Amino acid sequence: MPEALLTLDGVHTHIGPYHILHGVDLEVPAGGVAMLLGRNGAGKTTTLRTIMGLWKASAGTIRFHGRDIAGLDTPAIAKLGIAFVPEDMGIFTDLTVQENMMLAARSGAPDRPRLNWICDLFPPLRTFWHSPAGTLSGGQKQMLSVARAIIEPRALILIDEPTKGLAPAIIKAMTAALRQLKETDTTILLVEQNFSMARALGDTVAVMDDGRIIHEGDMADLSADAGLQERLMGLSLEAHQ
Amino acid sequence: MLVRIISGDMPRSRLLSLIVLVIGFSLLFAPFLFPGIKSLDTAARIAIFIVLVASYDLLLGYTGIVSFAHTMFYGIGAYGTALALDAWGPSFWAMGLGTLLGALVAAVLALLIGLFSLRVRAIFFAMVTLAIASAFAVLVSQMSAFTGGEDGLTYRIPRELTPAFRLMTDKILDVSINGRLLAYYLIFFCALVLFLVLLRIVNSPFGTTLKAVRDNSFRAEAIGYRVIWYRTGATVLSAVVAALAGSLLAIWLRYTGPATTLSMEIMINILLMVVIGGMGTMYGAVVGATIFILAQTYLQDLMGIASKATDGIPLLSELIAPERWLLWLGVLFILSVYFFPTGIVGRLRGEVK
Repeated sequence: MPEALLTLDGVHTHIGPYHILHGVDLEVPAGGVAMLLGRNGAGKTTTLRTIMGLWKASAGTIRFHGRDIAGLDTPAIAKLGIAFVPEDMGIFTDLTVQENMMLAARSGAPDRPRLNWICDLFPPLRTFWHSPAGTLSGGQKQMLSVARAIIEPRALILIDEPTKGLAPAIIKAMTAALRQLKETDTTILLVEQNFSMARALGDTVAVMDDGRIIHEGDMADLSADAGLQERLMGLSLEAHQ
Repeated sequence: MLVRIISGDMPRSRLLSLIVLVIGFSLLFAPFLFPGIKSLDTAARIAIFIVLVASYDLLLGYTGIVSFAHTMFYGIGAYGTALALDAWGPSFWAMGLGTLLGALVAAVLALLIGLFSLRVRAIFFAMVTLAIASAFAVLVSQMSAFTGGEDGLTYRIPRELTPAFRLMTDKILDVSINGRLLAYYLIFFCALVLFLVLLRIVNSPFGTTLKAVRDNSFRAEAIGYRVIWYRTGATVLSAVVAALAGSLLAIWLRYTGPATTLSMEIMINILLMVVIGGMGTMYGAVVGATIFILAQTYLQDLMGIASKATDGIPLLSELIAPERWLLWLGVLFILSVYFFPTGIVGRLRGEVK
């Protein structure tokens, strides 16, 4: 297995009086797509938000490139090269598509070839370049959210359920785009309920339940083992397709 | 050229363009179009309030921060100029230095308030600013030896800006070309420059980030923006511009007191002007301030005329009696908020869409 880019070691997170993460141990290898699976309420989104510093870890360490980032605030974590695509997409609805994109380009205007590559990945962005982002459809907003995360090369992208509530055609386009992104050097930690997409994209997988990681391994092994799927998630992957 | 001057922020509605142009030209030629002391005073107050309201819109409309300390910064600017002119005499350097010091004090205070208070939730920040503004007003009132207390300060301004100074012996279009006219144009052009600076700020990458912070502050943080710095930056810029507007008022009135700068009534008026004009639009400040001040100044006169005209109709003439002007001003505002929930500018731009 390649060297870990991100390592969570015994991470606990409390949200108000609720203890959500109960010692999460997770390794995300450099390069490729690491899937984070689990039932609703297992703690997947909280894990991503804790990595991003949006919730503070109450115990444990989070190492990125070997550096402990658990104590850093969110902007500092973002500047280290971690981008976050939240479940609610986090689009700035009053700004245009262009303004949304440029806002995420922290080191100046992006070069033309990269911008063209992104617009080729998500063609509707080119069409609605000067339109307010609030007027986009759900699928287009999701495309903008992912596009914004990759406007500059990032070492790690955290993506939370990018296909939630989207039409099959948009899911197909999103899967194709993420597959292309995977071919670059970017590492992706992807939370996803759509197992077809998980199987198509994932290299490694971690399964969460009740605020803990209960399984880590190769995605191919989990895909091939219906019994393991049944034991880990209560349902086989086929049942989720 | 014009597009560059207004930072590419077009009114985006023909009617709005026309309204803004009419207001702009009316203010530019006010001394010649509307001769008379009252009308010139109204024009100067409109110019000053456009800047004051626009600076508050930077805070409320563009950044989503509710502050009740805006009149405090306005007062700091006015008192800075007033105290300097009072202490050092009626010279341009005293006027300039007082204005500069007022703006500096406003910037430092806004920085401290921003850094210490903007981390809390919006409602608590609003309460903090209300408390600080109230404390400041009491302080100004109590330090009467220094500030003139409730009576305020009356002072002289450079002679070149007073009616006694004649630039030309002949009149142009029956208007004396004197220091008062110069003072008006000083106010007008300073207000114009400040408004264009604000327009430049909201259309810069900094302004785009402010809008992003207003839209979704968590997301802005996740992209790497330190929200607290941007909110504080907007607070400081808005305070400095409000202080400069206060200095313009101090120069125009040759009097500075709590009632003209620090009162809660002015704060509420600013809020109304922003809401009526349209939040987060800048042009809303132009429209809102103009309508509000015109209504405030002339509604009573208009009602007097209307009341006389309807003298024979008992109930109607009573209802529109000049002393009931505040009631009708209130009704006008309720109607404008009802019919223009996004402000007049928002509605006009919406019609274009």
